[in-house]
Amino acid sequence: MIEVAGLGKRFGDVQAIEGVSFVAPKGRITGLLGPNGAGKSTTLRILATVLQADHGEVQIDGVDALRDPLEARRRIGVLPHGSSVYGNMTARENIAYYAALQGLTGAAAEARIDRVIGELYLEQIADRRARGFSQGQHIRVSLARCMVHDPSILILDEPTNGLDVLTTRALRHVILERRDAGCCVLFSSHVMQEVAALCDQIVIISRGHVAVTGTAHDIRIATGKDDLEDAFLAAVDLEDSD
Amino acid sequence: MNGFLVVLRKELLEGTREWRALATTLLVAPLLGPFLFVGITAFTMHQAIDDVAAAIEIPAIGAERAPNLVAHLRQSLIDIDAEAFADQGDQTARHEALREAVRSGEVEVGIVVAEDFAEALAAGQAARVWVVADSSSNRARPETNRVRNALGAWSATVGGIRLQLRGIHPTVGAPLAVLRDDVSTPTRRAYLLLGIVGYFVLFAVLIGGSQIAVDITAGERERGSLEPLLTMPIMRETLVLAKVLATLVVMTASLAITVISFAVAVQFLPLGELGMTANFGVVEAAQMFLLVFPFAALASALMVAAASLTRSFREAQTYTSIAMIAPTLPVVFAALRPMQDSVPLMLVPALSQHLLLSDVLRAEALDPLHIVTSVASTAAVAAMLVWLTVRRFRSEKLIL
Repeated sequence: MIEVAGLGKRFGDVQAIEGVSFVAPKGRITGLLGPNGAGKSTTLRILATVLQADHGEVQIDGVDALRDPLEARRRIGVLPHGSSVYGNMTARENIAYYAALQGLTGAAAEARIDRVIGELYLEQIADRRARGFSQGQHIRVSLARCMVHDPSILILDEPTNGLDVLTTRALRHVILERRDAGCCVLFSSHVMQEVAALCDQIVIISRGHVAVTGTAHDIRIATGKDDLEDAFLAAVDLEDSD
Repeated sequence: MNGFLVVLRKELLEGTREWRALATTLLVAPLLGPFLFVGITAFTMHQAIDDVAAAIEIPAIGAERAPNLVAHLRQSLIDIDAEAFADQGDQTARHEALREAVRSGEVEVGIVVAEDFAEALAAGQAARVWVVADSSSNRARPETNRVRNALGAWSATVGGIRLQLRGIHPTVGAPLAVLRDDVSTPTRRAYLLLGIVGYFVLFAVLIGGSQIAVDITAGERERGSLEPLLTMPIMRETLVLAKVLATLVVMTASLAITVISFAVAVQFLPLGELGMTANFGVVEAAQMFLLVFPFAALASALMVAAASLTRSFREAQTYTSIAMIAPTLPVVFAALRPMQDSVPLMLVPALSQHLLLSDVLRAEALDPLHIVTSVASTAAVAAMLVWLTVRRFRSEKLIL
């Protein structure tokens, strides 16, 4: 479970986020939705412990992520936006590197590595160097390596960006599977349909604030719009008029 | 396996996968450099040795007026071309033609015997001979000096005979006997040629590790693999230390190859023929390796620090190029203004290693205090650079 309370972060003159609070429970998929530049990535990067918040609190399965980032990192699997794998290493070596960094060794590590290779349909390319991989193959290896230590929380920043239909479907499949296994999945997107199709709960962020939180149904009611896209725009407008 | 070893092993694995780049950095400067140096040096040395022994021929105008002088020059292996510029007409025109030939570099040196040479000689006066040469030409200098020395020797001989004819002992005209008392040893003379070895070794260390240092810092960041790495449960200082050590492994390989390559290459220098001996055997090579090793540690910390400050691969290459020159500046300074070893100088990294290597090559005793000072100051600067890099890695500027 992720609990975020009153998170704020400023870059120079720009207040990137202010007072961001939400809860992403386990066994649920939470979608972080918002226009470009709304503060989605900043929020996720703080949760992933690569950025420090100016103020606020982040609890990762009860661990204070701001005070004990090392412990928090053992519990999370992160797919940063635009991240990539090592081109000179094979898919398997890339995954094994992260397994070792997470402290997995020996047969247990091998078993986990084989498992994620299977889950992300990487058997065919597991022993090929990543240099020539397609965008979709890249994302699948990235996802496999961040899941290799079987984290209870997955944080995915715009994972479907630039993916073809097949890879998007495979990704969706993995996300649902993780959720059913009791994982807390938090992912960001600016694509409405994707979020509507996948998420149990939606957090709409606009201009660094949380505009609305709830299920797709809740949000439709709160904004008085039937179509989720209209609801989204209404939620963003609501925030603007404040 | 702890995080440090995991990162170190992966960086080295990835480094060896870039084997073409690795082979270039390790083979070109460290392996071929010493042989190139020795090849060029041996070539010039052989030429110097040959030049002393070989007969030369120079144009002489008016040589028929000085047959004894010409005979003396021939004994000194300087042949005379008496017919040179004969078609130019009179003495003045031929003199001018010779000057033009020297000026254009066609002829390196020539002599002109004055028209009143025979008369002046017979009258016991100073007979004039011009040595036509271009003092701005390095190429002509050895031949010019040979001609001058030969003329001077003849002058002294004739002067001695003149004094004897007048019943005076020749030493009367030579009140000073300037004798040579050379305290240099063959090894120290060889250092004149081998002094550049120290500079080269330091430079090879820096070059050897710059590629991997950029790859695993700015390269990792630019390729987008740094941010996910930072979400792994590993301390930033562990990450930095592993990256510095990976660079150090490559730099150490570069250092070892350079020193061994030099030790082998130096055997091909014809030092013996010039009365020199190189103090560069297995023991000296091992000493040099150990003395420079702390510098390799500093250099790897420096390269990683410089490359970490930048946002892109290209920028990192610029920074590391500057960082590559900076440590060698004190060495260049030392070469321009030779200095004696002292404890304060041992506080300057790179310079201290250079001076200690000079001691090894000159077969001078190494002062333990100097070694300790050199190691301590170099390690201190290396630690400071590591600390700076750790700070950089802890700062979120690293990924922004």
